[in-house]
Amino acid sequence: MPSAPEPVRADGFPGVRLHVVTGKGGTGKTTVAAALAVALASRGKRVLLAEVEGRQGISQTFDVPPLPTTETRVAGGAHGGEVVGLAVDAKTALLEYLQLFYKLGRAGGVLERFGAIDFATTIAPGVRDLLLIGRIYEASRRRLDAKHHRGSLPEELAYDAIVLDAPPTGRIPRFLSVGEEVADLARMGPIHSQAGSITEVLHSGATRVHVVTLLEEMPVQETVDAVAELRALGMPVGAVIINQARAREDVDPALDAVDGDAVDVDVDLATDLAADLASVGLDLPDATVDALLDQVREHAERVDLEVEQLAVLQDLGQPLVTVPFLIDGIDLDAITEIADLLGDQGMVP
Amino acid sequence: MARTPTLDIDAMLADRHTRIVVCCGSGGVGKTTTAAALALRAAEQGRRVVVLTIDPARRLAQSLGLTELDNVPRLVTGLAPEAVPGGSLDAMMLDMKRTFDEVVLAHSTREAAEQILANPFYQAVSSSFAGTQEYMAMEKLGQLRARADREGTWDLIVVDTPPSRSALDFLDAPKRLGSFLDGRFIRLISAPAKLGGRAGLRIVNVGIGLVSKTLTTVLGGEMLRDVQTFVNALDTMFGGFRERADLTYALLKEGGTAFVVVAAPERDALREASYFVARLEQEGMPLAGVVVNRMQPQAAAGLTAARARAAAEQLVESGRPAAAAALTLHATVADLAARHRNVVRRFTAGHPSIPVVEVASLAQDVHDVDGLREVGRRLAGAG
Ligand SMILES: Nc1ncnc2c1ncn2[C@@H]1O[C@H](COP(=O)(O)OP(=O)(O)OP(=O)(O)O)[C@@H](O)[C@H]1O
Ligand SMILES: Nc1ncnc2c1ncn2[C@@H]1O[C@H](COP(=O)(O)OP(=O)(O)OP(=O)(O)O)[C@@H](O)[C@H]1O
Ligand SMILES: [Mg+2]
Ligand SMILES: [Mg+2]
Repeated sequence: MPSAPEPVRADGFPGVRLHVVTGKGGTGKTTVAAALAVALASRGKRVLLAEVEGRQGISQTFDVPPLPTTETRVAGGAHGGEVVGLAVDAKTALLEYLQLFYKLGRAGGVLERFGAIDFATTIAPGVRDLLLIGRIYEASRRRLDAKHHRGSLPEELAYDAIVLDAPPTGRIPRFLSVGEEVADLARMGPIHSQAGSITEVLHSGATRVHVVTLLEEMPVQETVDAVAELRALGMPVGAVIINQARAREDVDPALDAVDGDAVDVDVDLATDLAADLASVGLDLPDATVDALLDQVREHAERVDLEVEQLAVLQDLGQPLVTVPFLIDGIDLDAITEIADLLGDQGMVP
Repeated sequence: MARTPTLDIDAMLADRHTRIVVCCGSGGVGKTTTAAALALRAAEQGRRVVVLTIDPARRLAQSLGLTELDNVPRLVTGLAPEAVPGGSLDAMMLDMKRTFDEVVLAHSTREAAEQILANPFYQAVSSSFAGTQEYMAMEKLGQLRARADREGTWDLIVVDTPPSRSALDFLDAPKRLGSFLDGRFIRLISAPAKLGGRAGLRIVNVGIGLVSKTLTTVLGGEMLRDVQTFVNALDTMFGGFRERADLTYALLKEGGTAFVVVAAPERDALREASYFVARLEQEGMPLAGVVVNRMQPQAAAGLTAARARAAAEQLVESGRPAAAAALTLHATVADLAARHRNVVRRFTAGHPSIPVVEVASLAQDVHDVDGLREVGRRLAGAG
């Protein structure tokens, strides 16, 4: 199989506090975000892992009960690190926000009854996204409560890092530029000014947007489009994380010998393979040997496709990180395994 | 124990009563591929089919001849020469903004339409409101069906659904937009004077005062004014909108409609599929069955994973790395195939009455008519 040019390595993203994880639907955003949070926690960081799509992906991934609307510890890490989960809910965020800024005891209920809360959180363009991001922004600035954490300096931040399991690539540019959009639609008022501060943080060196992809045509195309759009918006793009890669270092080099493309060598390949197998006492029917060869060929075809798509991703010039397809599926052990792989490839300091 | 019935795709497509097939499921599972493959298969079996696709992969779109984004169906060439005569396939890609614009243009005077189209609030809702795509897919389905009835163009409409976070969005989103257009809140902000002026509604009055005051402070007066203009301008169309949405929604409950739920052979995906199936039942929408797509096929079944692994170790020791690698690969593939079968078995055990068909993964992406034909064959039970 052709060898690819040397990819750019991630540098551990020093100074980054907000990791936004996006990607095409179903590529592995939730899995990768959870693993990244675990990787950071294993380095002693206090990490907030937040989701915004009402999916309860975090609780499913960590195998804990559904998350309430408050921050809840979901996993511990080495050296005092921990992962705190948060399922951000726009409605709760709006009511909290109104309470905070306007002390709206009764009006909150009235707004709710008139459908105004629903309107603002589901339909008013941008307001929902702004509330979701606003909630995370608030958590990112919050200070540790000195009373509860004796020994820590009062000005210490509550979280060392925040990992956001973000909306998919199709919606991410709009989601992240909601600050600007809302600032345009709501030209005054507190929403306007909060939108401004959020925009600033999202464009700063403390933020990176990572894109998860499969090595398949559509997700790669979406990744390329999203990276271009994010760059045009001045948003700092981080790593491209290749998930569910089928290529296998343990077998691929050796398989080159068996996946001969020319049809006329098939007979020889089959004979050779059958002989090798017989040498360790595996006498298989011809049909089984042929099926094994077909399997090798199919795998090689997949890997060739991956190599093609990998080249497209390399042209982006962003750091690439690879997570293999894990045939046993995703459980807590798998998350830890992926966390280690992310750590080895420079996703965390 | 009763065996799970098989989803008989060919019987469904051959049944002339089947007029609409809706392919739904969560993101990336193969909805678009399944919709296109079913449409092609039906066309090659003699039906006159139109398929409404949503965001197909570029190569697939190109091979269906969907190069122009003009929001109308185009004839697909390349049906098999041995296809049943009389069949035909049209395909289109949904352009959601354009569909929305067309509805506005069709339902209002030119002047009013221009005002709406220029409104920033309309622009945001028509291009980004989560749910607009679902709503417009329904609108387009309604249009295609009306044309099919009027002109006799098609006898089968196959509909793909938008890549949503959950299959349920397809059913919920149109209602969400509908209830917005219809809602008390909209009426309230679009005509506060009318409502507030009525006698005997003191409590409502207090409420409205509070609501509009709070909204004005929080959102800023200008956004509210834009919303009001938008809502007032659309006002005349509301009736039309709702009526159409209701009609299309009713179509989905007819006997001539068949829902095909596509899922991946993963626990989460199948769990989500079962929520969706329950929901269809609740809504009285006819489920044809579940397609479990991209199953790992079991090859060289005579050789177990354990035996392959053991032999691979010996082969490494005796310096035969290629054969060892072939067996190692076989072992993981066999394990994966077993896991997929297990996941499906659990699903069918929990839902013994739901027809299921398993579709083996192709080695390649599906991006041309030949690929679609192969998926169609597998959908019909050939593996
Ligand atoms: N490296 C991997 N190996 C094997 N399976 C994986 C891997 N990564 C993710 N998966 C599986 O793929 C599916 C999708 O993953 P995940 O839920 O993380 O994606 P997502 O991008 O968050 O999806 P959505 O867009 O629906 O939120 C899940 O079933 C998950 O278990
Ligand atoms: N049976 C199959 N074998 C191999 N590849 C497949 C199969 N079914 C689908 N694919 C591939 O999987 C990818 C996703 O398929 P598809 O676009 O149909 O999914 P979708 O559910 O419509 O996704 P979205 O939610 O993004 O709209 C495509 O690259 C397609 O070629
Ligand atoms: Mg997710
Ligand atoms: Mg699709």
